[in-house]
Amino acid sequence: MYKIGIIGNRDAVQGFMALGFAVHEAGDAEQAARELHAMVRSGEFAVIYLIERYAAQLEEELARYRSLPVPAIVSLPGQEGATGYGMNSLRRAVERAVGADILFQDLPEERKG
Amino acid sequence: MAEIRVNPTRMEMKRYQARYQTARRGHKLLKDKRDELMRLFLDVVREDRVLRERVEAALADVYAGFSVAGAVSSPQMLGEALICPKTEGELSVGFRNLMSVNVPVFNLQIHTDGNTEHYNYGLAFTSGELDVAVAALNGILTDLLRMAELEKTAQLLAEEIERTRRRVNALEYILMPQYLEIIRTIRMRLEENERGNTTRLMKVKDMMLAAQLRQPDDADEDDPPS
Repeated sequence: MYKIGIIGNRDAVQGFMALGFAVHEAGDAEQAARELHAMVRSGEFAVIYLIERYAAQLEEELARYRSLPVPAIVSLPGQEGATGYGMNSLRRAVERAVGADILFQDLPEERKG
Repeated sequence: MAEIRVNPTRMEMKRYQARYQTARRGHKLLKDKRDELMRLFLDVVREDRVLRERVEAALADVYAGFSVAGAVSSPQMLGEALICPKTEGELSVGFRNLMSVNVPVFNLQIHTDGNTEHYNYGLAFTSGELDVAVAALNGILTDLLRMAELEKTAQLLAEEIERTRRRVNALEYILMPQYLEIIRTIRMRLEENERGNTTRLMKVKDMMLAAQLRQPDDADEDDPPS
């Protein structure tokens, strides 16, 4: 049986405790990276949510785990609202696969929250 | 293109023709694979996009609810209220094979103690906003999981598409032209040899004819051959 984890700042993630997620608080991106590595290495997590603010700073770390089938590492907006990071990473995946962005032309290039 | 040294023989040419045929078949198959992967990928991304928009909107409400709840009750109380979940989810992961890409399928089984309410805390000391926020969060749980599944699928598919595209291009622009070039070179060499042979034969024949002409009558020795 796998667990679902979430990494982020305290205010953003504590609500997810009510869902039974394994909540890992992180004060900064570095700490978030440490938590992330530990969680992936433990092999107990199938899904790890990461608050966008940190996900944006952990591109390299995320790229390392991108080709593994599990865990799925998914960014979620934090309390500051959606920064567009999640949509942008989706857009980048499309660009990578198709060679051109053919689905997100209607969105502005970099949405900043 | 780098020059490849091959023996200009019929054997070698046949071998390269066979290789070229194989490469062409492989190229066609890979191209079909790429197109199908692309179709799947775009479907996944479209669904994911809709889902993400919904989840992001819902999360904004959830956070708003939590911050109001945090404002009206003390942080300790909020932490205490949330710390032990009532619903215990068991997540099992299966795998689905999409065009030979293994993508995860998440399956969440939620055990509750018969009571459909999500709240894991007494209602006396917490605010109503918290209840609303927790309920909203519960409402998007399946969406969250589906989103994780789709995003992972999209990532894996994107990688596979990139790989397949490279292969298709390598076949189309490097390997196949190379084989064609080799086949052409061999054919040219063979034809050239053939022509060389023919001229040599003609020359020899002329020389033999001249020799024969010379034989019966030695007086015409100085005459050039016709």
